[in-house]
Amino acid sequence: MRVAVADYGAGNLRSLCAALERAGAEPFVTTDDDAVRSAPLAVVAGVGHVASAAAGLARTGVDDALRDRASSGRPVLGICVGMQLLFGESEEGGSGLGLLAGPVTRLDAPRVPHMGWNTLVSHAPSPLLDTLDGEDVYFAHSYAARPADTSVVTAEVEHAGPVVAAVESGPVAGAQFHPERSGPVGARFLANALAWSRSA
Amino acid sequence: MVKKRVIPCLDVADGRVVKGVRFENLRDMGDPVELATRYSELGADELVFLDITATLEDRGPLLELVDRAAAELSIPFTVGGGVRSVEDGLSLLRAGADKVAVNRAALDEPGLLARLADAFGTQAVVCAIDARDGEVVTHAGRNPRGRDAVDWAREAVGSGAGELLVTSIDADGTRDGYDLELTGAIAGAVHVPVIASGGAGCARHLGEAFAAGAEAALIASIVHERPERLPELKSELEEDGWPIRT
Repeated sequence: MRVAVADYGAGNLRSLCAALERAGAEPFVTTDDDAVRSAPLAVVAGVGHVASAAAGLARTGVDDALRDRASSGRPVLGICVGMQLLFGESEEGGSGLGLLAGPVTRLDAPRVPHMGWNTLVSHAPSPLLDTLDGEDVYFAHSYAARPADTSVVTAEVEHAGPVVAAVESGPVAGAQFHPERSGPVGARFLANALAWSRSA
Repeated sequence: MVKKRVIPCLDVADGRVVKGVRFENLRDMGDPVELATRYSELGADELVFLDITATLEDRGPLLELVDRAAAELSIPFTVGGGVRSVEDGLSLLRAGADKVAVNRAALDEPGLLARLADAFGTQAVVCAIDARDGEVVTHAGRNPRGRDAVDWAREAVGSGAGELLVTSIDADGTRDGYDLELTGAIAGAVHVPVIASGGAGCARHLGEAFAAGAEAALIASIVHERPERLPELKSELEEDGWPIRT
């Protein structure tokens, strides 16, 4: 399956593309809004700040392509900062795509960034998290989404309080962790995501 | 809760893993990505590649290594050694390193940590601090910098470091345990994760570093001799009650 990986200029998408290939997909990194519109699955990933990522997506029109996908029921997956981009205003500056309601706020914990392997606690059934409840996945972030509608939260982890780890709402899904850096468990997540987007 | 991390460190020179005593009599130990994959299979939580040919101009072999590691590994890895400038750091991150470790360039070039953090986020920026008797040293310990390690740690975090790799130069290679005073003082002074480094000989030493406040522990010689020691260390730590990924 072809997977459009949106490029907003913040570098390193190589690990994610390699992990998608291992999961059997054909990822391609693109700044082309039509390619993002037409692919069976679109992924927004990367690192850095919501503000610069959102600006990068807006420059190329990929932001509207992602909104079009979501409104027409075509799957969009956000990973790490890409998941934060699904939401609204960020305390780090800038604003996301607004596909899901709620702000992105700085983590309030003794150790920030939240860095390392943490245990997923499933909150709602989700095809993307099939067999992942109770598994450890890798996090590296200082900000996190605070969904206005908590029913979109499919998993949390504990880091001086609950931190939203995964969300899903119709064709829009997100993972705050890095599946491409979460070993065999992360590979299962990506395989689930491909199956989910096939059935969407 | 977030698990305590056990992080093997691989020394590389010209794109190969090397082993030697005090940077002399270097022996070729094989392909870094192959060894890294082996550690990953044995349960490494993360990896560090340290380029010990840092003074060489030619960074080609290192960038090629990072590119392959990014594609083949499915755990995070940090690359350090010889990062002299923002461009050095950015080129490693662009090549696929999850984090870049900066040591003396962070001291010499104000603004370097901040610029790396602006481009890739603080979670991608590790400040490596080598210390002796609480003082920052560089050049493998030969150059005392006249700076208090705890003060420098605070400043580095304020500038954009999202993690600190704290090495006691005197403990390094002794296998007598980490410098707990140094580790504890720095972990207590900053809010970012601290990786203890230098002196690991057994699981108890890693547990002591965690008790002192470290979120992660770097290991080298104890696993390079026998990689199977890695899962043993992790299960010993788990038996001792530490939160460990198994």
